[in-house]
Amino acid sequence: MTRSALLLLADSRFPAGAHAYSGGLESAAAAGRVHDAATVYEFLLGRVHTGALVCASFAAASWLCTDREALAELDHEYDVRLLSPTLRGHSRRLGRHLQRAVAATWPSPRLELVRGLDPAGAHHPVVLGAACAAAELTVDDAATCAVHATLAAPANAATKLLGLDPNEVSAVLARLAPTADRIAARAVSLARMARLRSDPGMLPALGSPLLDLTAEDHAGWEVRLFAS
Amino acid sequence: MPPKTPSTPGKTVRAKASATASPIASVTPLKPLAQPEPSAGPPPNRICVRIGVGGPVGAGKTSLVAAICRVLRAEYSLAVVTNEPQTREDADFLLGEGFLDPAHVRAVQTGCSPQTAIREDIAANLDAVEALEESLDPLDLLVVESGGGDLTALFSRGLVDRQIFVFDAAAGARAARKGGPGVDRADLLVVNKTDLAPLAGVDLEDLRRDAGARRESRPTLFTSLTEHPDAPAVADWIRGLIEERRTLLGRG
Repeated sequence: MTRSALLLLADSRFPAGAHAYSGGLESAAAAGRVHDAATVYEFLLGRVHTGALVCASFAAASWLCTDREALAELDHEYDVRLLSPTLRGHSRRLGRHLQRAVAATWPSPRLELVRGLDPAGAHHPVVLGAACAAAELTVDDAATCAVHATLAAPANAATKLLGLDPNEVSAVLARLAPTADRIAARAVSLARMARLRSDPGMLPALGSPLLDLTAEDHAGWEVRLFAS
Repeated sequence: MPPKTPSTPGKTVRAKASATASPIASVTPLKPLAQPEPSAGPPPNRICVRIGVGGPVGAGKTSLVAAICRVLRAEYSLAVVTNEPQTREDADFLLGEGFLDPAHVRAVQTGCSPQTAIREDIAANLDAVEALEESLDPLDLLVVESGGGDLTALFSRGLVDRQIFVFDAAAGARAARKGGPGVDRADLLVVNKTDLAPLAGVDLEDLRRDAGARRESRPTLFTSLTEHPDAPAVADWIRGLIEERRTLLGRG
């Protein structure tokens, strides 16, 4: 493993399409629920304890798995955890984008294991786990990367949509970093436990009902800047 | 640990930008590293020509794309990917013209950064382009219209084979002089709305001279969709690319 590979993969400039997604922040900003650095922090705190933990658990579980059938089951388990059809579609699309970028950056048979798990592409965390394995990163890196991606997308969108001071937004992410690390560590433990029992159904299923609802609403907006 | 990918140890080659004449006789001057050809062609097995159309907001990109589609659809199989910083308006406009089937138009959302989606992170556009090429195979022409950018907008060569940069003659008196990657390096520069230039006090000859100075031998076309709604010169330039590609692949 190299640290540089982790930085490269986690960088929001890694060309895997994430820049077009706000992770629900555009809706929250439009509704006035997020309007400054303090409310961005609250929004992200909610994400880190719910979506980020689920995403990281699945990324770690995918890293631990080299069996294609089990990976397909994992992909299905993630699918049923996303209540919003729109978010299911986004997750698969981001998975496709990531697969393309990683295939060019770190070509590896390990990554090819998740190709075609679904006609629309495997879910993003499933591809992310395989991508980390392809880049010779550790399972902890996979979970950390997943948590970071879940937080970075809304944070970047907040800067763009609300004109917030980017330094303040960076400070918010730094304040969340210890929590993000703890969540990543917990995700790896949960993934190992599920692996031991060969039961991906044990992986966490925390959700954010309001984000599911606003995602469906957002998809129908006539004017929107982000895909989510 | 994940299985390792076999890697070949690479040689490090260093070369100065201009290493043609070394003052030290005992050192063999290294050849300069090969520069990527600015207009490198598409992969040899792909018939479809991918063309990017970029330029500032209001330059007339969507109207030009509509004109191209209207004129060329009888001769070629074509499709369009629009990049929407805000809405599906461009895609809806093209569909509203009524000469493109909805299956031939895809809108890509660009999340506040129209230039990112055509330049440094082309994932969503590539996804749309490849999906269209697959579902409509064989396709002769695929036009990717960028969201309105600025003079620095440039398409990645990983996304398109050739690119057109469009700007409004009436708004662009300084555009050609200031230049930028779009004006300087696009394969074709289209100075649009020439009919409005006199109203804005813009001398087209000045534009022609400035563009010529910035673009060396690359072509520049002056168009007015009001006077020539079919943009014949631009359509001919695209025809030339498609025919060239067909000849190259022995499918002329």
